Amino acid sequence: MSTATGYNFAYLDEQSKRMIRRAILKAVAIPGYQVPFGGREMPLPHGWGTGGMQVTASVIGEADRLKVIDQGADDTTNAVSIRRFFATTAGVETTESTAAASLIQTRHRIPETPLQADQILIYQVPIPEPLRFIEPRETETRKMHALSEYGAMQVKLYEDVARFGHIATSYDYPVMVNNRYMMDPSPIPKFDNPKMNRMPALQLFGAGFEKRIYAVPPYTEVKSLDFDDYPFEVQRWDENCAICGSDHSFLDEVIIDDAGSKMFVCSDTDYCRSRQTNATESATATEETLS
Amino acid sequence: MYVAVKGGEKAIDNAHALMRKTRRGDESITELTVEQIREQLPLAVDRVMNEGSVYDPELAALALKQASGDAVEAIFLLRAYRTTLPRIGYSEPLDTEAMQIERRISGTFKDLPGGQVLGSTYDYTHRLLDFTLLAEGEAPISALDPETSDEETLDACPRVLELLNKEGLIEQSREADEADHTPADLTREPVNYPAERAVRLQNLVRGDEGFLLSLSYASMRGYGDSHPFAGELRSGRVNVELVPEELGFAIEIGDLFLTECEMVNQFHGNKNQPPQFTRGYGLAFGRSERKAMSVALVERSLRAEELGEEVLYPNQDQEFVLSHSDCVSANGFVSHLKLPHYVDFQSELEMIRRLRREIAAATDEENNK
Repeated sequence: MSTATGYNFAYLDEQSKRMIRRAILKAVAIPGYQVPFGGREMPLPHGWGTGGMQVTASVIGEADRLKVIDQGADDTTNAVSIRRFFATTAGVETTESTAAASLIQTRHRIPETPLQADQILIYQVPIPEPLRFIEPRETETRKMHALSEYGAMQVKLYEDVARFGHIATSYDYPVMVNNRYMMDPSPIPKFDNPKMNRMPALQLFGAGFEKRIYAVPPYTEVKSLDFDDYPFEVQRWDENCAICGSDHSFLDEVIIDDAGSKMFVCSDTDYCRSRQTNATESATATEETLS
Repeated sequence: MYVAVKGGEKAIDNAHALMRKTRRGDESITELTVEQIREQLPLAVDRVMNEGSVYDPELAALALKQASGDAVEAIFLLRAYRTTLPRIGYSEPLDTEAMQIERRISGTFKDLPGGQVLGSTYDYTHRLLDFTLLAEGEAPISALDPETSDEETLDACPRVLELLNKEGLIEQSREADEADHTPADLTREPVNYPAERAVRLQNLVRGDEGFLLSLSYASMRGYGDSHPFAGELRSGRVNVELVPEELGFAIEIGDLFLTECEMVNQFHGNKNQPPQFTRGYGLAFGRSERKAMSVALVERSLRAEELGEEVLYPNQDQEFVLSHSDCVSANGFVSHLKLPHYVDFQSELEMIRRLRREIAAATDEENNK
């Protein structure tokens, strides 16, 4: 196992990790509640995943296998950078396979492959407060959470319906956790919201420069806000993935020429690849059976 | 095609190699040393130490070199280093009244005990480009020697505001019966609003100089009610003392070059108190007058609520100022827009296309009626 010289295992000192673990325990005990913690300065900029990194650094052990994704992909530059950070400072094994990972740090997506009870999903969160754009003051939003005073958000969603005929929030879509706290799911597309509900894996959220940690324990109810007559719905595409043919995953739109022609491909690269591999294998198997 | 939007490890390595090459510039020109930066760009070094929250001119100079002279990047480097340092202990409160003064001015009194000393300053220079610096470099030091030498620093002298205090004309900086208490450390604990004055000052001292300068400017122009007098500005060396547990008494562990600013603000009084001047306080590492003055101005603006003034403007609003003052945070969050957001953007595209389709369909229906 190799670690960077001069730094503790996984960069943070043990005292800081202990402080963060305490915050995580509190967060797990009060699902959806934002726990303030003494966020440390990290060697990456704020807004680039420092919150997720602090959570990862505090829960990671030598036996862990880490996967890092950004926009669903393992090979986006920031995912590469964060994965390298832990490979260097903690010397842990890394993987691109969702199923093989014990810890997954993510920005903006939940993997398409369902997560299991022995996994932890760690979200990078830029702004943890779901009410922030309705009420910028922390002193006010704290009160609103304490009193479960969430009418303002319902009004905002209603205004969308009145103006556009739909709830016009397409990502960062607010949820209610365990019927008590309104929570910001981080800027994942609302497509991913249903995956949070009763997920067997532990979900941890770290907001670095806002100094907040929150959590959704395994098998907790997570409900996306909606109205009886305007139920919550997720994005759908007319196209299938151009690479693996998936008709049910979140698709990225890629412009492929100057004329603006488009192709659609899975945003989850590991999912797309494993579908291709399976397709090739089953094709080979079919051929073998036939011959 | 598709791979073009995804980066890779190789791309990162190449980009960093190119950055190092750009930083070095033309190799036929001598490389800049950290020592040269420390000695010849001391004001840049001071800013990096202040906002980086580490008093170490050598490391600040190194950070500036590594960051190609970008102050915010250099500050970030120093901060990321600082966060890994162990806390050996906390110093005793600094006694700035005992400062070995190099520069001291007051905008409130023409003469005062201890006198006024201009020291080293850009004030009163005419801002004309000095082409001799371009042509043949600085004149030899002997020709530059000021008439008073460094040896003749002023003795410790009382603070100007204490002179006003004797007459009770200015508020006490602490109540007579106020007990000592250890201030919270904002690098260890999250800030809770409303924040106490010590936390506000900690935040401002490491706050972005430009942000604080502009907020101060706004408060002086009427967006806020702060148009004070510079009671005193002083720069010089101050001893740092520490009480090691084994000894139980204070020992000197070194000194810091500091700039301190005390502003005298307009009257303030209420039913229980006759009118008095109020204070705004600023302290900064090095020769950082602009910073110390800006801190003092904004600090006073942020006392609006405590002093029973109306909070009308952003510079009087704690949450607004304290949550946005940090250049490392601000730069990080603004620059994170460079990261891919294509999942979120795709979600927005899908939404806007759907809305437009529906509106178009509705319009068609209307026209066909």
